[in-house]
Amino acid sequence: MTSTPIARAHSAAQDDQLPDDSGHFGRFGGKFVPEALYVALDQLEAEFGRAMKDPQFWAELDALRKDYSGRPTPITEVPRFTRAALTGSPELTGVPVDGPDTSPTIVLKREDLNHTGSHKINNVLGQALLTKRMGKTRVIAETGAGQHGVATATAAALMGLECRIYMGKVDTERQALNVARMQLLGAEVIAVESGTQTLKDAMNDALRDWVASVEDTHYLIGTVAGPHPFPKVVREFQRVISTEARAQLLERYDRLPDAVAACVGGGSNALGIFADFIPDESVRLYGFEAGGDGVETERHAASISSGGVGVLHGTRSFVLQDEDGQTKDSHSISAGLDYPGVGPQHAWLADSGRASYEAITDSEAMDAFRLLSETEGIIPAIESAHALAGAIKLVRRLSEEDREQPPLILVSLSGRGDKDVDTAMKWFADIHGEATGSSEL
Amino acid sequence: MSTSENTGFDQGITGKIFAAARNEGRGALVGYLPVGYPTVPGSLEAMRALCGIGDSGTKEYAGVDLVEIGMPYSDPVMDGVTVQKASTRALQRGVRVRDVFSAVEAVAETGTAAVVMIYWNLVEHYGPHAFARDLVAAGGAGLITPDLTPDEAGAWFEASDSYGLDRIFLVAPSSSDERLAATVDSCRGWVYATSLMGVTGARAQVSSAAPALVERIRSLRPQALAGVGLGVSNGAQAAEVNGYADAAIVGSALVATLIQADDAGSPDDLAGLRTVVADLATGVRSGTSESAVRLSN
Repeated sequence: MTSTPIARAHSAAQDDQLPDDSGHFGRFGGKFVPEALYVALDQLEAEFGRAMKDPQFWAELDALRKDYSGRPTPITEVPRFTRAALTGSPELTGVPVDGPDTSPTIVLKREDLNHTGSHKINNVLGQALLTKRMGKTRVIAETGAGQHGVATATAAALMGLECRIYMGKVDTERQALNVARMQLLGAEVIAVESGTQTLKDAMNDALRDWVASVEDTHYLIGTVAGPHPFPKVVREFQRVISTEARAQLLERYDRLPDAVAACVGGGSNALGIFADFIPDESVRLYGFEAGGDGVETERHAASISSGGVGVLHGTRSFVLQDEDGQTKDSHSISAGLDYPGVGPQHAWLADSGRASYEAITDSEAMDAFRLLSETEGIIPAIESAHALAGAIKLVRRLSEEDREQPPLILVSLSGRGDKDVDTAMKWFADIHGEATGSSEL
Repeated sequence: MSTSENTGFDQGITGKIFAAARNEGRGALVGYLPVGYPTVPGSLEAMRALCGIGDSGTKEYAGVDLVEIGMPYSDPVMDGVTVQKASTRALQRGVRVRDVFSAVEAVAETGTAAVVMIYWNLVEHYGPHAFARDLVAAGGAGLITPDLTPDEAGAWFEASDSYGLDRIFLVAPSSSDERLAATVDSCRGWVYATSLMGVTGARAQVSSAAPALVERIRSLRPQALAGVGLGVSNGAQAAEVNGYADAAIVGSALVATLIQADDAGSPDDLAGLRTVVADLATGVRSGTSESAVRLSN
């Protein structure tokens, strides 16, 4: 990675220097937290700064990534999925014609193949090592789909840390498998019954715990949101996704992708796969938010697509809020995207135009979920299915453009769908039920 | 602009109330109640009761010296379970940010000063300038900002300076000396010392971290006024706190009486609240006054 054949634009590279010293990405970011947490945030920032420059820290993290997590994760071409998305059939049809191949290529970055089944382990291993370096003995975390909770419980077991996971009660019910996994790993799972009983309320309770326990506890935030330095810390630990993918694409295709697509809830897998491409101005970056029943309805989680600027969980970003500034309930079929805010760097990238954000409905995501499963033998997390549905839109759009070479799209397959089997079976049974006119259960 | 003579600390509006209590040989009492609970009108009645207004509608007993009006918020990370419960119910029952100004007016009419405790997004959404303007118009004295520290408070400094409002920031036992000094210097009125590493809620005893924290404040900024909150629930504790601090702040113990009445099916019954207020008001008047000596010197 020391030299690549692709030149980088200087102005875009400056974007990559954010956040500034006080944690701001332009008007976004910052530290809106009770004073009691400042000491812990300052301690984390200092330790993170030291670790980033410490070869021994990186050696330890790289060894864990390789030997424990299974990195580097592969990239996988999905031609049958791509053809089915474009033509309705995964099979090659028609007579081969002379001339260059103009069929588009979609490539998945296989974060689902990480130990614990998602990209979340990338960040968790890094922060768990920081926890040890800070001399703390306990970690707490919030989780929505349970992927971050499982990853945190895993790292805690590996490193001998006490672990408590806060999870909205609604989420503990729709992700029961992950609750069991966390418990098997020795973590205590708290079902949060306040507020809307989802990810945002789990974060509130984790913050409350931390206010009272900062001395021996690290709050292992799982996404690129929260107060500074978390958006930066998590991005840097997820950056490995794009560092690997960029090199893998250059090696296999000798070119950069035309577009990179990822789902965005808080936005950690998206920033992970965007990070090293941000300076590559030719690469378009797309974040796909959870559109739920549609952004025109009240039931969605698309903070950038339809939220306003606000402060939530310690950072200024786009937030779903009512006319008073009270946080609105979000909705998504995907527990991991069911969050009314988004990381401040995404707000900045949206504002500056460097990245584009669009909403994907539950229905579009579930169609993509089924299509990838049936055409490629890969069951994606429902979160990741939003990125796949977005990629389908992108591949159609890019195929209509006049291009020198066929489009190449990189998609972050952030997690595997084992945890979503119940949700998916119910969804498709309901769809089938509607189609045949049978009554509700 | 309202810096008191002979002090290095701007007592603003509410700091002077603490100083006046000290002149009576006691510490001050600050009582917290959220607007909108049990209902908006019911919360206004409860706040009047907090100020010593009896069923007759006139002042019947000693109330608090300062009312802290809480604005319920959807994501209150500094609130303990009691305040959360009341706030959640208030939001479900439709409380709006503008109701804060009605509450401020109701308290001001009793002759007691009021500050508003509010999470920053609600102020930012209203507009800091507009919020300050409407707060002054209602007779309010300032804001307590639990999730806004001076680091991010640029807009609030401007608005509070424009309208002469008090700025009460929080400090914690974990605050470094550097941050303690800088935060106290950013306050006008007094500084809110959180006595425990934790969220709000009545506790059996107030942690020993509180006197140590106030001691650090005093050594760094001898003229600063400090109120101690988080954990104070009865008259004896309030007296104990006022042995070293300038004011005792009570919240959850008051809110609990309203929840009890609400759950018992008589949300407008303020008898329980009045009993606790009377105990607290008596407590602060029975306290020893080491600090009084300090202040009068």
